[in-house]
Amino acid sequence: MIRLEKVERIFQVGDQQVTALNKVDLSIEAGEYISIMGPSGSGKSTLLNMLGLLDQPTGGRYLLDGKDVTSLTDDEQAYTRQQKIGFVFQFFHLIPRLTAEANIELPMILAGIPEQERKERTQNVLKAIGLENRADHRPDQLSGGQLQRIAIARATIMQPKVLLADEPTGNLDQHSGKEIIQLLEELNSKGLTLIIVTHDINIGKRAHRHIQLVDGKISADESGAL
Amino acid sequence: MNIKDIILFTVHAVTSNRVRTLLMLVAMSIGVGSVIILTSLGEGARHYVIDEFSALGTNLIIVLPGRTETAGNQAGMLFGKTPRDLTVYDAGAIHRSPYVKQIAPISVGSASISYKQRSREGPVIGSSASLLTIRHWEMSQGKFLPPMDYDRTSPVCVIGAETKHELFGNENPLGKWLRIGDRRFRVIGLIASEGRSVGVDVEKLVIIPVASAMAIFNNPSLFRIMVESKNRDMVPSAIKDVERIIRERHQGKDDVTLITQDAVLGTFDKIFTALTFTVAGIGAISLFVAGILIMNVMLVTVSQRTAEIGLLKAIGASKQQITILFMGEAALLSLIGALAGIAFGILVTQTAEIFLPKMTLVAPWWALVAAMVTAITTGILFGILPAQRAARLDPVTALSRR
Ligand SMILES: Nc1ncnc2c1ncn2[C@@H]1O[C@H](COP(=O)(O)OP(=O)(O)OP(=O)(O)O)[C@@H](O)[C@H]1O
Ligand SMILES: [Mg+2]
Repeated sequence: MIRLEKVERIFQVGDQQVTALNKVDLSIEAGEYISIMGPSGSGKSTLLNMLGLLDQPTGGRYLLDGKDVTSLTDDEQAYTRQQKIGFVFQFFHLIPRLTAEANIELPMILAGIPEQERKERTQNVLKAIGLENRADHRPDQLSGGQLQRIAIARATIMQPKVLLADEPTGNLDQHSGKEIIQLLEELNSKGLTLIIVTHDINIGKRAHRHIQLVDGKISADESGAL
Repeated sequence: MNIKDIILFTVHAVTSNRVRTLLMLVAMSIGVGSVIILTSLGEGARHYVIDEFSALGTNLIIVLPGRTETAGNQAGMLFGKTPRDLTVYDAGAIHRSPYVKQIAPISVGSASISYKQRSREGPVIGSSASLLTIRHWEMSQGKFLPPMDYDRTSPVCVIGAETKHELFGNENPLGKWLRIGDRRFRVIGLIASEGRSVGVDVEKLVIIPVASAMAIFNNPSLFRIMVESKNRDMVPSAIKDVERIIRERHQGKDDVTLITQDAVLGTFDKIFTALTFTVAGIGAISLFVAGILIMNVMLVTVSQRTAEIGLLKAIGASKQQITILFMGEAALLSLIGALAGIAFGILVTQTAEIFLPKMTLVAPWWALVAAMVTAITTGILFGILPAQRAARLDPVTALSRR
């Protein structure tokens, strides 16, 4: 489903060049559960942003569902994100003035889904994450774990093929972190491709495939239990 | 993303930032409010003047000696130089026209007016009995000039309230003799000061028979003749007839100028409309300033909401959608501001009306429409730059900041 061929990302900082991704080759099949680990600055977030079409490679090719997506226009990339990709961030990134319900609804509004269907889907997903009685709460009235669950609901409401999570538990206590991972794994078990960037070895271990990044290069890529 | 969703989203964004909304509201309402206040004043002044003139009657034609038009080859004819006198006999001839209901010849001058020890210098008008009805004046005491031939002098006069007060104090002026120039006149009437009159301060007046005035001022020409046609539809025929009569009497020369009330009204109308447009333009400048403020506020908004913009991009918003959302906010803010401005403007003009009871201060519909349209257009125009900045934001950097 995903193929990276010699993908390179070089940042120009002043007159210095920082290579965040160094000719990365990677293949990911639908339904996989992958963790990406590595030291700080090794390029994990950059790789994830690349996969999510938020960032453009400076070299190489990225094929999503067999299609070269690096040559797409801005709008086509936006549409691809909308339809195929879900993001979960360390800092949740919920819109503070909107209720939980409205935050979850937002991707569907942008996609032009009719109101009736939006409401139904939102109700269902709120039930699924156990927050149906928090629908009208604004982010400042919710706990970190609840916020992340809402963020996951928002990321999956458009039924994407792949969910990209950049340190989804990085801002949570152990208990709610575990709940979040369980929620994500549940989604993966239903066929969603799950890619998690994490510093937590215990979380990383749970994935079915483990990718280790060092200095912008994949230093290890192992499947199965560690 | 349909219109309803766009509106809901922007309404939410606008209402959740009260300080910003209030700031924009003030800026926009000052802009829109000033357009409304200024145009209301302009329109009020226009209506006031037009009403005053209309009160004189719209079937009035004024005949002036001399041709003041520059068009046509009037060789040797200079502006202001009267080649031939307009006489009381001309007035009499015009009076006989079938289209004319009544006329009043007018001779004007200034003379010293005295009674016993008291004296004043003031305007003296020579005219005839019909001036009273042509001018729609009312008498508060006594009678106006009696009907008589225009070439006959008579030692009677009618005075205004101020003249009466200065010369007679609390004395009853009727029947008293006062001196105008070197002649004596008996006061036969007092004009009520309430009478509407454009260009003439009734209270300061002294009116005597036209022939007497011409004798005092030693001027053989009338200042003008006021002609009232039988009805409004007859005005054009009356004009033609007056021109014919004068041409016949002045050896084929068209040496008078005819002014109709309609033409005077039209001129004032044009002047005041131009004035109103000018002040509206001045008001529009404050709208422009408000637009710049909107741009600044929106730029601040964009930098405050970078994370939100990054998120919108991550969940699939196109550049166009982000542009629309942020321009929508600017437009909504200016719309609310414009409405507040209209309310503010109306409040101010209504309050002003209390202090200016003679004027009706109502903003013309076009000013309301123009103020609204300009406000929203500036809002949108000045919203473009911030919205585009939002749309161009790099999502990765936008999201990496907390
Ligand atoms: N916008 C940028 N401009 C310049 N350099 C950047 C930029 N973003 C990332 N980098 C550099 O690219 C490299 C990889 O960064 P990245 O954020 O992908 O690391 P990471 O593995 O996610 O680190 P962490 O675990 O701390 O989140 C780093 O050296 C970083 O300094
Ligand atoms: Mg990172």
